[in-house]
Amino acid sequence: MRAEDYRERRIQIDDWPVTLTSYRVGDVYHCKADNVSPGATLARTSGVTRQQAEEKAIARARELLARTRRQPV
Amino acid sequence: MADYAHPEVLVSTEWVAQHRTDPNIVIAEVDVDTAAYNEGHIPGAIGWAWNTQLCDTVRRDILSKQQFEELMASSGISNDTTVILYGDNNNWFAAWAFWQMKIYGHKDVRIMNGGRKKWLAEGRELSTEIPQPKRATYKASDPDLSLRAFLPQVQVAMKERSAALVDVRSPQEFTGEILAPPGLPETCQRGGHIPGARNIPWGKACNEDGTFKSYEELKELYRSEGIDGSKPIIAYCRIGERSSHTWFVLKYLLGFNNVSNYDGSWTEWGNLVGAPIERGAAAVGA
Repeated sequence: MRAEDYRERRIQIDDWPVTLTSYRVGDVYHCKADNVSPGATLARTSGVTRQQAEEKAIARARELLARTRRQPV
Repeated sequence: MADYAHPEVLVSTEWVAQHRTDPNIVIAEVDVDTAAYNEGHIPGAIGWAWNTQLCDTVRRDILSKQQFEELMASSGISNDTTVILYGDNNNWFAAWAFWQMKIYGHKDVRIMNGGRKKWLAEGRELSTEIPQPKRATYKASDPDLSLRAFLPQVQVAMKERSAALVDVRSPQEFTGEILAPPGLPETCQRGGHIPGARNIPWGKACNEDGTFKSYEELKELYRSEGIDGSKPIIAYCRIGERSSHTWFVLKYLLGFNNVSNYDGSWTEWGNLVGAPIERGAAAVGA
């Protein structure tokens, strides 16, 4: 088996840039959401379609990103 | 890859595809997200979890010599095995594993350029089978602590400007705007950076496909921030894995001799009572 339909795209979630990486392995679509800087994984999800996997990843990433506090500098 | 100071420590995805079944080669995937390996990995690759297998799980520390020997032996690695490391996030924790393997003197360890991302993007073969390595015998060297910086050394370096401090976190972490990468738990009491540090985010060393930038690009990246190898260099981040990536770049791709990784990093410094902290952008000429 191999990763097929590999795709990366950049989105914004509540002012935070996020990269969504998705691909299909067999019958399952996998999606990873990471914060662009530094690139740490926020969510790793799967689904029967790319859209389903991405929606789950976005929801989880949004939940985590909402916890990030910005300090005055 | 030929222009790097030590091109022998990097292999391409193509090389791995061709050599992955060679005898005397062990491939290990080390991910930030330890679930990634189970989705599918290079056939025959073992998986190491950075948070349970590449650190002491009781006290905050890297593996002891004995723990390291046990990990190698149980992974089927002997002293003369060629070990190929790769992982997600452009090899963050693969570099962390590489750093520990060099601390304990493993001779032939290499990183797959581009890591997991490039292997997936190229549509190369994957497997979900977990290999069962045949136990090997392994004798580690005493730890080479010149590769590792501890708090007292960093404090001296800050006070006396005797070493260049390279903070490889994101600009927002460096300035103190955020205390951890967006979405990750805050693990320090204060934000900012060690006074005098330069901010050169780790990711600047990578191309879009996850591979390392060329020797000339890397040299210019660090030179433009005053990092040219003329004095010792200490790299740090939040917990030491991103900085092991930069340590790898500085020591093996650019060939600077005196480079150490401060794995205590910001989770140590940013929690110290009374430690000096700078906030905002780096001072000009610092």
